Amino acid sequence: MKTAVIVFPASNCDRDAAVALEKVTGRSVQMVWHEERTLPTVDFVVIPGGFSYGDYLRSGAIAARSPIVQDIVRKAKTGLPVAGFCNGFQVLTESGLLPGALMRNKGLRFVCKPQKLNIVNSSSMFTKAYKNQTEITVPIAHFDGNYYADDDTLSEMRKSGQIIFTYEGNPNGSSKDIAGISNKAGNVLGMMPHPERAIDPMHGGTDGLKLFKSVLESIQ
Amino acid sequence: MNAKTNITPKIVAEHGLSQSEYELICERLGRQPNINELGIFSVMWSEHCSYKSSRRHLGKLLTKGKRVIQGPGENAGVIDIDDGDVIIFKMESHNHPSYIEPYQGAATGVGGIMRDVFTMGARPIANMNALRFGDPAHPKTKTLVAGVVQGIGGYGNCVGVPTVGGETNFDAGYNGNILVNAMCVGLARADKVFYSAAKGVGNPVFYVGSKTGRDGIHGATMASAEFDDDSDAKRPTVQVGDPFTEKLLIEACLELMATDAIIAIQDMGAAGLTSSAIEMADKGGVGIHMNLDKVPQREPDMTPYEMMLSESQERMLMVLKPGKEHIAIEIFEKWDLDVAEVGKTTDTGRLVLTHKKKKVCDIPIAPLADDAPNLDRPYTSPIKREILKHDPMFDPNERGSSYNAVLKTLLSCPDIASKRWIWEQYDRTVMGDTVDSSQSGGDAAIVRIHGTNKAIAITTDCTPRYCSADPYEGGKQAVAETWRNLTCTGAQPIAITDCLNFGNPERPEIMGQFVYALKGMDEACRALEYPIVSGNVSLYNETNGQAIPPTPAIGGIGLISDLQRHAEISGAKDGDTLILIGETKGWMGASLYAQAILGLNREDSTVYAPPPVDLHLEKINGDYVRRLILDRRIRAVHDLSDGGLALAALEMAFTNDMGVTLNNGPDMPLYAWLFGEDQGRYLLCVDEYSVNPVVSTAQTLGISAKVVGKIGGDRVSAHGGFDLSLRGAHMVYESWLPEYMAS
Repeated sequence: MKTAVIVFPASNCDRDAAVALEKVTGRSVQMVWHEERTLPTVDFVVIPGGFSYGDYLRSGAIAARSPIVQDIVRKAKTGLPVAGFCNGFQVLTESGLLPGALMRNKGLRFVCKPQKLNIVNSSSMFTKAYKNQTEITVPIAHFDGNYYADDDTLSEMRKSGQIIFTYEGNPNGSSKDIAGISNKAGNVLGMMPHPERAIDPMHGGTDGLKLFKSVLESIQ
Repeated sequence: MNAKTNITPKIVAEHGLSQSEYELICERLGRQPNINELGIFSVMWSEHCSYKSSRRHLGKLLTKGKRVIQGPGENAGVIDIDDGDVIIFKMESHNHPSYIEPYQGAATGVGGIMRDVFTMGARPIANMNALRFGDPAHPKTKTLVAGVVQGIGGYGNCVGVPTVGGETNFDAGYNGNILVNAMCVGLARADKVFYSAAKGVGNPVFYVGSKTGRDGIHGATMASAEFDDDSDAKRPTVQVGDPFTEKLLIEACLELMATDAIIAIQDMGAAGLTSSAIEMADKGGVGIHMNLDKVPQREPDMTPYEMMLSESQERMLMVLKPGKEHIAIEIFEKWDLDVAEVGKTTDTGRLVLTHKKKKVCDIPIAPLADDAPNLDRPYTSPIKREILKHDPMFDPNERGSSYNAVLKTLLSCPDIASKRWIWEQYDRTVMGDTVDSSQSGGDAAIVRIHGTNKAIAITTDCTPRYCSADPYEGGKQAVAETWRNLTCTGAQPIAITDCLNFGNPERPEIMGQFVYALKGMDEACRALEYPIVSGNVSLYNETNGQAIPPTPAIGGIGLISDLQRHAEISGAKDGDTLILIGETKGWMGASLYAQAILGLNREDSTVYAPPPVDLHLEKINGDYVRRLILDRRIRAVHDLSDGGLALAALEMAFTNDMGVTLNNGPDMPLYAWLFGEDQGRYLLCVDEYSVNPVVSTAQTLGISAKVVGKIGGDRVSAHGGFDLSLRGAHMVYESWLPEYMAS
């Protein structure tokens, strides 16, 4: 599987994402600068966490309008698998690839902790390797993770299996405890937790590994 | 102010210069300085930049060791961690600005210390912070806590460097002057360390980073004066941070450092362009000529005075190899940062500045840097404290209380209670190498060296209670405790950085605190072969004549060569045995128990001698514990500090989510056994097969080792003393800070 990680000014989980992808695929990862207009030919793209463009205006808003994201939007619509973690999730909602918006945490504080997640849809291309496992623990670290969508959108998402992860104990006020969602076609995932920080028993556990393995299995 | 401003005695005084210092300037120049020159001398000779009160004492400290590559005198210290890797680290204060404007003060403190580290070629891999706030009941405290914590998080989280640990104290002595000490730890290759000496004549001087604005003018002078009731009016002297630019600056600098274009580099910290230019020129033995019209400016019509004294953040000055300018320009433009050639190195030994085609400053550099005042301030020796003897009335039951009630009081006392509310606001896991952090409640953070099986242990420590009672013992204890914390991970302690926070050095008793604290620190450093490689001094932490408790905060670094052989506070198994290493005499003076339960230590007449550190025992006990960790004899370990054996055991119980049962102690009152704060002690958690070997080997080495209880079950109890449910005790421990912040 060929993979790429997008690098914006002030992305800060780009290396972490690349380490995770390398670990699972055994291949080096292409780091793609935000000013590029065309994605290289890859099978899977990760938009990493961080504070792209300083998160000025709104988190992810400026990145969503960068040249590279325009190309990601085009290719995602034709089925390219894309995942956005943390700031990447914010970029994906801002770009319109995913529904809803991420607002400031309800507690008005940044929150970083190991977080239990429920796997709501275990047949998605991002979760199928978890098989019967229903609960995982993955670190969260964000200020703007309070997911919001209107009731119609939420019920539509539920019906079409777009709610992938929910929080066990809501850390940020998200509607329906939502931690991660996909688009209707199922090839675009956005989640606030950091699966790329849960790939190593010494650091945050290994519950994130199967997310990357799921993608690998799905496209092979 | 402009070049035509007449230099009156009032203006001299406003610049914090004494009449004799002003006369010295005139003598060195052979004329009166103009306003720009006066401003430059005033910041360079401020306490903050010149260390004029502390320099002669700092010079006596141990700063060399076999792993020390660079000691004090550069932007940060550099130590060898094998395999061609080096760690570059330093701790620095941002006390005065943080009190005036907590969010920006703390944020720019973090930004500044990170620049000190990446200036030298290191990628920052961990941040720490040591915070001291006033009495929780003081009306300003809560706002300051909230602002400082958000500021630290807001900056560090955005830049993407994990904030992995630290410490927080509350004491009425900090009501008017909080302490915000930030530490940054970076990783570099030994052959890619950058220094600040501007060697060579005719080399281009480059300015990179943010534009210069009017913020922070005279920040260094502010940090060299006491506060009074009008200190809020100093808010405009606080700088404003932009972590986004800092992150770009890190990436751009590291990218340029990978080439061979740089001769010297220095961040613009306190006293901005002035101190960076002068320090680089002075170290390289050259002069610098700068054209201020070339300085990127945020606002129109800035005067030379404002440009030279601005403390705008996220700026660097570098001297490049001629012909390599285009490499720097390309990289900085890629990262959307300002880059401008502002001058050249010269052979005149002078700092010459031109502005709008006029010469606005022409002064010799040597007197600015080297001939700065070096004062021998008078000092008095601190009061000798009496030893607090055991007394039946110290027993909770005799006081009409109970061991359960006393334990709850200690668990919820601000210095002990969980700081989760603070550290959950810091990203601790970015960069993917945090093996242990504040989250565990352990003794030191552990950060892996990326892509390897080795790690560094990092800690900060200081017990202001002890330092107030006896600066000498307190200084010694602060160093020893960091050494002990690092040892608890199995790391070999290597070196420290210090942040020396004191009151007004013009008062002999404050100067005495400083001198004696340093004496104690140095004694510990020498006994433990644990040199000081960087640090800073923050004096004048006083408001209306009320000084802070002497607070020499120490940041220590140790090396874990093999992560398969390290220990943490977690890892205990139900039924494991607890062994106490180190002798217990039940020292009560200046203990947390004495303060929180007995009401002592509140005023001078009730302060007793703090626990002395026997450095010989400290060393052999620690070396033994480290050996046990390397031999994989230990499941979990925690040092004994505030609150003694009882609190150490409970903290271990909370982290492992298991109860604990403590046996009776030897022949001494139960309160002294449980809460005494004798030094050099560790609580080990071992399996049943290791008990006898651990105890008997200790005996042959002359080390005290006693079985003191077991871990497991769902109660926390001490024979004849307290008995609480694990869950109940844990709730008391966790609830104080969130309830306080929400109240």
